[in-house]
Amino acid sequence: MPINELQATRNPPKSQIGALLWIKENLFSTWMNGALTALSLYLLYISVPPLLNWLLISANFNFGTVNIFGFSLQFGEEMATNSNCGRNAACWPFIYEKFDMFIYGFYPREELWRPNTVFALTALLFVAVRLTNNLKHKNRILVGLLISYPVVSYILLLGGFGILPTVETYKLGGLMLTLIIAAVGIIISFPIGILLALGRQSELSTVRFFSVMYIEFIRAVPLITILFMASNVLPLFFDAGVTMDKLVRALIAITLFQAAYMAEVVRGGLQAIPKGQYEAADAIGLSYYQKNILIVLPQALKISIPNIVGSSISLFKDTTLVLIIGLMDFLAVVTGAAADKEWLGRHLEGYVFVAMVLWVMLYTMSRYSKKLELRFNTENKN
Amino acid sequence: MKKESISKNIIEISELNKWYGDFHALKNINLNVKEGEIIVVCGPSGSGKSTLIRCVNFLEKFQEGSILVDGTELTDDAQKIRKIRSEVSMVFQHFNLFPHLSIIDNLTLAPIWVHNETKAESREKALKLLDRVGIKDQAEKYPNQLSGGQQQRVAIARSLCTSPKIMLFDEPTSALDPEMISEVLDVMIELANEGITMICVTHEMGFARKVANRIIFMDDGQIVEENDPENFFTNAESDRLQLFLNQILTH
Amino acid sequence: MKSLNKLSSLKNLSLKELIYSNEARALFIQVSTVLIIVSLFYVMIQNLNENIEARGIVSGFTFLDGRSGFDILPFLGSYIVKFSPNSTNLEVFYVAIINTFVCAGVGIILSTILGLLIGIARLSTNYLISRLANAYIELFRNIPILLQILFWYNIFLNALPHPKKSISFLDLMFVNNRGFYLPNPIPEEGFVWVFVTFAIGIAAAIYTKRYFKRKQDETGQQTNTIGYSLGLIIVLPIVVFFLLGKPLQFDYAILGKFNLKGGLAVVPEFVALTLALSVYTATYIAEAIRSGIEAVDKGQKEAAAAIGLTPTQSLKLVVLPQALRVAIPPTINQYLNLTKNSSLAAAIGYPELMSAFGGTVLNQVGQAIEILTMVMLVYLVISLAISILLNYVNKKMAIQGR
Repeated sequence: MPINELQATRNPPKSQIGALLWIKENLFSTWMNGALTALSLYLLYISVPPLLNWLLISANFNFGTVNIFGFSLQFGEEMATNSNCGRNAACWPFIYEKFDMFIYGFYPREELWRPNTVFALTALLFVAVRLTNNLKHKNRILVGLLISYPVVSYILLLGGFGILPTVETYKLGGLMLTLIIAAVGIIISFPIGILLALGRQSELSTVRFFSVMYIEFIRAVPLITILFMASNVLPLFFDAGVTMDKLVRALIAITLFQAAYMAEVVRGGLQAIPKGQYEAADAIGLSYYQKNILIVLPQALKISIPNIVGSSISLFKDTTLVLIIGLMDFLAVVTGAAADKEWLGRHLEGYVFVAMVLWVMLYTMSRYSKKLELRFNTENKN
Repeated sequence: MKKESISKNIIEISELNKWYGDFHALKNINLNVKEGEIIVVCGPSGSGKSTLIRCVNFLEKFQEGSILVDGTELTDDAQKIRKIRSEVSMVFQHFNLFPHLSIIDNLTLAPIWVHNETKAESREKALKLLDRVGIKDQAEKYPNQLSGGQQQRVAIARSLCTSPKIMLFDEPTSALDPEMISEVLDVMIELANEGITMICVTHEMGFARKVANRIIFMDDGQIVEENDPENFFTNAESDRLQLFLNQILTH
Repeated sequence: MKSLNKLSSLKNLSLKELIYSNEARALFIQVSTVLIIVSLFYVMIQNLNENIEARGIVSGFTFLDGRSGFDILPFLGSYIVKFSPNSTNLEVFYVAIINTFVCAGVGIILSTILGLLIGIARLSTNYLISRLANAYIELFRNIPILLQILFWYNIFLNALPHPKKSISFLDLMFVNNRGFYLPNPIPEEGFVWVFVTFAIGIAAAIYTKRYFKRKQDETGQQTNTIGYSLGLIIVLPIVVFFLLGKPLQFDYAILGKFNLKGGLAVVPEFVALTLALSVYTATYIAEAIRSGIEAVDKGQKEAAAAIGLTPTQSLKLVVLPQALRVAIPPTINQYLNLTKNSSLAAAIGYPELMSAFGGTVLNQVGQAIEILTMVMLVYLVISLAISILLNYVNKKMAIQGR
């Protein structure tokens, strides 16, 4: 009989599914696996409870009286001081008291509305970019925003031009300074990097030579040497009358440094475009600049976006190096605060605080980058 | 030209059931294959045909039922699996040649490391096999330097190196450009005429007509109909098979 | 020369044709690029010289012969060069380079071992182990390296006890906030023979492996050579060591009333720096190894299994050769990154290239350009060496394609 009767669809046998099987297969499938599970449980046992204890359970949260939006939260009679804060666990009042310093540095306290406005504007900028995604004049709006945002932020933060009282750059510090350096570095190094990448691909040998020399030199040396160079040597290259703000020197160094890495990222994108695109663009008669702006760069940049985000994440991490040349970024401010007479010896709390804040930001960025990568992989499946 | 088959069962599959998590992938499969038989398995995608033959060399585990290969029962025992895998060879849809080894090294890998043959012995056998599939002059090249059809022929030669009794083919021509399909099918037809037991998952119905002793139609995880080639195509009894034949035979 | 030929062919064109000629344009752009860059340099160097004269900054490299006037943290570099405050600045340079290499070398070894372990753990089928490995990677990759260095340094200084109350391991090793104290090995007469045996052992192990490989080719018989290798490389030198009457003395650190005397001191700056660098770089190496193993097609493992290879054989013959081809180039790149990151020692005072030479000497002598140029040149050379290594490795490992 050629035909078979219809077979029923059944559920799998009980012992083959469920939590017990999962535990058996994933944690205890072989002796080795069982031993590894035991080892990991032991490692967790000796590290997690003491950590939680230091961070939360035995930690001191005595912030005194806190006023939020008109409500009064009473943590204790008076805020704890260094002497009665305890040494075996974290002393969080240290962070609480120094919080403004950690975020805003030495910015005048009565003008804090200005950096706060810049933060808000930045958030709005991201929202605006998402919202205008489908609007007709999207490009014009974006360019308009892109030009006005830096100008407005600059005026708000540093003042001058008769609009707002000036704030000297040395007063910028803390997390605010870190974000400023990172943002300026990323934004300005991007176009320079594109130019360098195009230069490296150029058929003109001198242009190619200088681009390669620049990129390979910068990538060979540590960022700190470039920061030192900028800090100590750069002023000597200019006329005696020109004074260079320390922050500006650091920004120049970081931007020039990041441009070389960005150039390599964009180069990867340029090389990933099929050669046929270049040929087609030439065949329809586009000039060098038209070809790049209309055909090549849009595709290259789109392909490189995950790597551009990755490179920006690295830059963000590298901004901590300005501590070594004396700029008071987030890490520097916290390290300095732990040397304060009143809070001597609280380095650990400071470092942990900085680590937590930066980790959250960097982890979020890297998750976003992975999401972008996945999206581009599925889009480019052909 | 079809041969007579001897009546001993070399593969016995009974009441085979397999689940992927909650999904019932193979439902109550019963299949006996005699030594020297050529079986072709066909069906729509998702019907479980690849899963079935991958159970025969334990690349897929199953939860219920039993499989006997040449008298040995397939269980999760390393020794048994190794023994069975030296008698059962597999040719994959995507060739799976080792790109970091030359063609001849691809072939001599198993003989040297699994069967402890000497280098000279295994090379000699390998060259003969390469000659048989028509690739002898490419022996020192690397897989990525060959075309798809050539790579698949090398894959077939590689699976012959261990002198298997049973050969499993998992859609061997589905990843090939049309002009290369016939060179691979020709090799498979030659093999069929030499007495090896073959189970072949394929859509190549011309091949099935020429060579198969039995054609099995699977759908939705179960064997729906099986018959000898003539009756399979002309006297399809089930509706599902009719539908399937209409779909694939119109072009 | 090509350009001269181009010039002569352009001579014959009219002005209008010249403007549109692609060759003329190319030439024009290249010449103007060179002119712009050269004139930029010229202006900068002019200003430089003016400023140097105006500020009375000294130029030239004579400072290298000057007396350094400071003491360097006692570690390998200063030990080898026998450094003292009377040594020249040039000797500071040497010490700094040695310290950089020591730190980078130990860092590379530690981070590779750690990275290998974590990378493999990440792929383990054991749920807990792979999750823990993932947590490690996500944690240490997303905290800036400078912060990690400062953190460990702070722990060593503050959480470790005062020398009076050093933590001791079997009275052999002591740990306190001044450093790690190990027994100082002092080789005696005859110890050199142990080294010789060790070297002979390595050569013999290589020869033995080759012998057994040939035997396998000829007779098909497989032999496990690990026992032989271990015996030759490890057991043999130990036997010779005992036969010669244990020619090795140890200067043990002894806990005196206030301090430890003797022994080999490993300064906390070094430990903090190397530890932080290793932990941080290991995350990247782990990811490189993971991507290497995942890059091997699932079908490869299936084919290897289908032809009868054991899991170990499949790993050794099919998976690892392909995985390493993908994993090794980024790993070598990470070694370069680790070496560059060692310059962050400037933050905690470990006397390597940037902090001792580019820091202390620079502060004293003030000739930033000369000093920083020397420092950058060293890093350039290291970078170049690693690039060449990378290219060589890539070429040797390349899978032949069309």
